[in-house]
Amino acid sequence: MGVDRRQFLKLAGIAGALGLGGSVGFQLLKPGSLDAAERMPTPYQMVFPKSQGNSEVMPNPKALKGRRWGMVIDMRKLTEEKARAAIQACNYYHNVPDIPGKQTIKWIWLTGYVNAFPEVENPFADPEIKNARFIAMCNHCDNPPCVRVCPTKATFQREDGIVMMDMHRCIGCRFCMAGCPYGSRSFNFRDPRPFIKKEYPLYPTRTKGVVEKCTFCSERLAVGKLPYCAEASGGAMVFGDVDDAGSELRRLLRSRYSIRRKPNLGTHPQVYYLV
Amino acid sequence: MKLYNGPQIIVGLVIFLAIFTYPFWSGAGKAAPVPKPQPVPKSVATQCVADTAYMRTSHMTLLNHWRDEVVRDGDRLYESANGKTFNMSLSNTCFQCHTSKVKFCDQCHNYLAVAPFCWDCHLVPKEKK
Repeated sequence: MGVDRRQFLKLAGIAGALGLGGSVGFQLLKPGSLDAAERMPTPYQMVFPKSQGNSEVMPNPKALKGRRWGMVIDMRKLTEEKARAAIQACNYYHNVPDIPGKQTIKWIWLTGYVNAFPEVENPFADPEIKNARFIAMCNHCDNPPCVRVCPTKATFQREDGIVMMDMHRCIGCRFCMAGCPYGSRSFNFRDPRPFIKKEYPLYPTRTKGVVEKCTFCSERLAVGKLPYCAEASGGAMVFGDVDDAGSELRRLLRSRYSIRRKPNLGTHPQVYYLV
Repeated sequence: MKLYNGPQIIVGLVIFLAIFTYPFWSGAGKAAPVPKPQPVPKSVATQCVADTAYMRTSHMTLLNHWRDEVVRDGDRLYESANGKTFNMSLSNTCFQCHTSKVKFCDQCHNYLAVAPFCWDCHLVPKEKK
């Protein structure tokens, strides 16, 4: 005679109870033994173990160090000409393609007052401000929504506050573009290379299917230089450490009234406009 | 046992086998030439970041490691086993000596039929004719 239904249910019940209790038993008898999988080094860590004093990589000693990078844009000094110089420098050195229409790629661009600061729109504001062309770029927010929504951690925030992208990890889902309230991110709907007039060979282009944006020239900071836009703008754009009360940036912020883009959203943008 | 439609089946099988095995017997004895990546002249570079044997088998591991360190941690200098320091960059370091992708990278990659997509983004030096 085989197993009848009653016996089968009993056995199944016992087996199930044992299975549920299994992990608890492990924890009681040998605590931590189940966590081993989490603590296993990745293949990458096994090849390059840092813990064994094999620290063969290091930052450049000349690199600029800051606790919280930010930028101040002085709207009295920022002429259209200077702004264009800054934009041109950025676009050339980062191989930003010039694609017309809706598929345009923007790292740094010019926009109107009502577009940049929609919630402080005021019909009787100083016409000099109202009609000015503001330079817009990634705000490298202290509380960046793009980082929070990125499903692959391709977008991340560095310790010095720069919101960086790892193009190798970007899957092109465009959640970050939906998350960014400033339109600072652009998607490569097509291969950007044919739209780059003159390639700068020492910086990569992007490929079809990734999102890109301003990086605060992290590759320049790493060798002790200022971002291209700050350099090309003739003093109208000042880059510096927001956390350092003695910095030129903080001195400028104390000297005049400054506004930020969409502060009510709580993203804490780190690009300040002196108006 | 009787094979119905014997002649047609035999002929069909022969034709099928001939077509199926075509790649094997047509390519017999014609092995692709072993790749000869052209090394960099001694005048340009005297020392690579690691020895040739390591680079031949593991350059992709090294490059992945460099990529993660540079992009994620911002550490951009690499101290090689011989004590020299290199800037971790494909365009700014590797390609400064290995100036021809066709004569160097492609030699082995084509032979092994691997198609890394590094160059979808990283620009290669212009090939000299």
